[in-house]
Amino acid sequence: MKIRRVFIANRGEIAVRIIRTCQRLGIETVLGASEADLDSLPARLASQVIRIGPAKPAASYLNVEAVVGAAAAAGADAIHPGYGFLSENASLARRCLKQGLLLIGPTEEQLLAIGDKLKAREHAIAAGLPVAPGGPAATPDEATVLAKQIGYPLLVKAVGGGGGRGMKLVREPSALIDTAALAMAEAEAAFGDRRVYLERFVASGRHVEVQIIGDGERVVHLGDRDCSVQRRYQKLMEEAPAPGLPERLREEIRAAGVRFGHHLGYRGLGTVEFLVDRDRGDFFFLEMNARIQVEHPVTEAITGLDLVAEQISVAEGRPLRVAQDEVHWNGHAVECRLNAERWRQDFRPSPGTVTAAVFPVGPGIRVDTHVQRGAKVPPFYDSLLAKIIVHGADRADALVRLRGALALCRVDGVETNLGLCAQLADDPEFMVGGVDTGYLARFLERRA
Amino acid sequence: MNLTNEDVEEIIRILDASTYTDLRLETGRFTLVLRRQGSGWTQESEVRSVPTSVPGTDPLTPERAPLASAVPAPPAAGGPTLIEGLIEVRTPMIGTFYRAPKPRAPPFVEVGSIVGEDTVVGIVETMKLMTSVYAGAAGRVVDIRAADGELVEAGHVLMRLEQVDA
Repeated sequence: MKIRRVFIANRGEIAVRIIRTCQRLGIETVLGASEADLDSLPARLASQVIRIGPAKPAASYLNVEAVVGAAAAAGADAIHPGYGFLSENASLARRCLKQGLLLIGPTEEQLLAIGDKLKAREHAIAAGLPVAPGGPAATPDEATVLAKQIGYPLLVKAVGGGGGRGMKLVREPSALIDTAALAMAEAEAAFGDRRVYLERFVASGRHVEVQIIGDGERVVHLGDRDCSVQRRYQKLMEEAPAPGLPERLREEIRAAGVRFGHHLGYRGLGTVEFLVDRDRGDFFFLEMNARIQVEHPVTEAITGLDLVAEQISVAEGRPLRVAQDEVHWNGHAVECRLNAERWRQDFRPSPGTVTAAVFPVGPGIRVDTHVQRGAKVPPFYDSLLAKIIVHGADRADALVRLRGALALCRVDGVETNLGLCAQLADDPEFMVGGVDTGYLARFLERRA
Repeated sequence: MNLTNEDVEEIIRILDASTYTDLRLETGRFTLVLRRQGSGWTQESEVRSVPTSVPGTDPLTPERAPLASAVPAPPAAGGPTLIEGLIEVRTPMIGTFYRAPKPRAPPFVEVGSIVGEDTVVGIVETMKLMTSVYAGAAGRVVDIRAADGELVEAGHVLMRLEQVDA
């Protein structure tokens, strides 16, 4: 089926991003906007706009009935959910099917399979992916056997505990028996359950993910990305390819991503996330994101593909347009997220009205944004203002471009993290490449 | 039809070969300002076209719900203020005010509750970030002046306290 009119159930830069591709493909766009976004840049760019509810996300962007009802009223034949909000919501997939609307995303079954952490882990094991080694032990002897499989260092946790309570770090085998026995006694006293859970401890991990796309039969990967520069699980800088990974490891990670997609019979664009253990040099499955991601432009930059166009093509029921040996990677790309926040004041959000928005332009620079002069940054949604994406011949070249590009950015009216981004782009540790997920916290501490 | 990124890059290529340092393009639908900055260029664009509503549906004029504090709020953000013997508890930032830690949970405080300086009396949610609001002073809650789920501007009075003798 050829999609002629897409309903966009999202806002901000990703709504603008989707509209741009639809315009290029000659597809009409209907933006479902909340009360707070009726005047936004995506609302001005879309062919048509329909109000889906009040500003609060629960009543608008997260409201399945409001979204599907508006899409039907607008005569759309497909819904693009973007990222966040309803993008991985299985009931949206179900409602779309019932309404005769195409969802530009995976099937309900696939969303259910990966929506729950434990289920996703089971599927990863079934697909032969490495998962964080671990398991329960009821006696010190059982713990010894299990610890041998897991390797050191490892964590001993009370099965009945949670949130870090009753967690102990064991660095070497000689300390295991005593620590496990103590943990069991404490667990018994605290939770009435003496079982402990042993788990791999990753002292220094990198967040590496694989972009995959499938048509329900074939799955190809579009390379890897590194998103280790993050704070409280919020990514700040992403790049492709992941710098400094041994080639054998990179190939294994990419193959694992494809294997997971095959196992699910995956249809659509998705990202399989892994934690790479820097000390051990191995990796395991974290989770899968069954949608387009914020950081997709770095993959687009080095592959030359338009991932939204590929999503639409697959949703139309067409077979993949690209074979694995036709995917080529060229150079290195880095993305920096510009957020409305006071990063020096513990990242307090900074909503308001943008009075000036100046961005760099030129070869090797892409800026994805919904922000222009007069734009409102409402307090109801996330703080992302713009993504600055640079593409260079190699990583060093990309970073030179990034520093140049950031120096040309100016957003007035709201506070931004531009200064932090510029400092990071100039930080020797980041410039070396391959930092771990603890890097940003350490960087901020150094500067505090 | 608006300019695409490719269009802008094409314009930059032409400008780059010239001696011009800036370009201002203005149509009914958009304004584009390009400026040379050292060896690079910046763009400032503004799309001005008016959003079109889906025929047969609501027009797009936002129902401007008045914000909780239509009266100009005093500049003091957060922190208690003394008025007529009552202590005002203000929100430190704009956001959605919640009286309880989660939906259907009992509120942090009710009228009549005794609070200390460090008692959490509510939460303000701004851009997915929850900020606790502290009483800031000891006392008894006399009235609560913002509803659960209401959008409040920075400095809006959330509740008032009276001092109680220990």
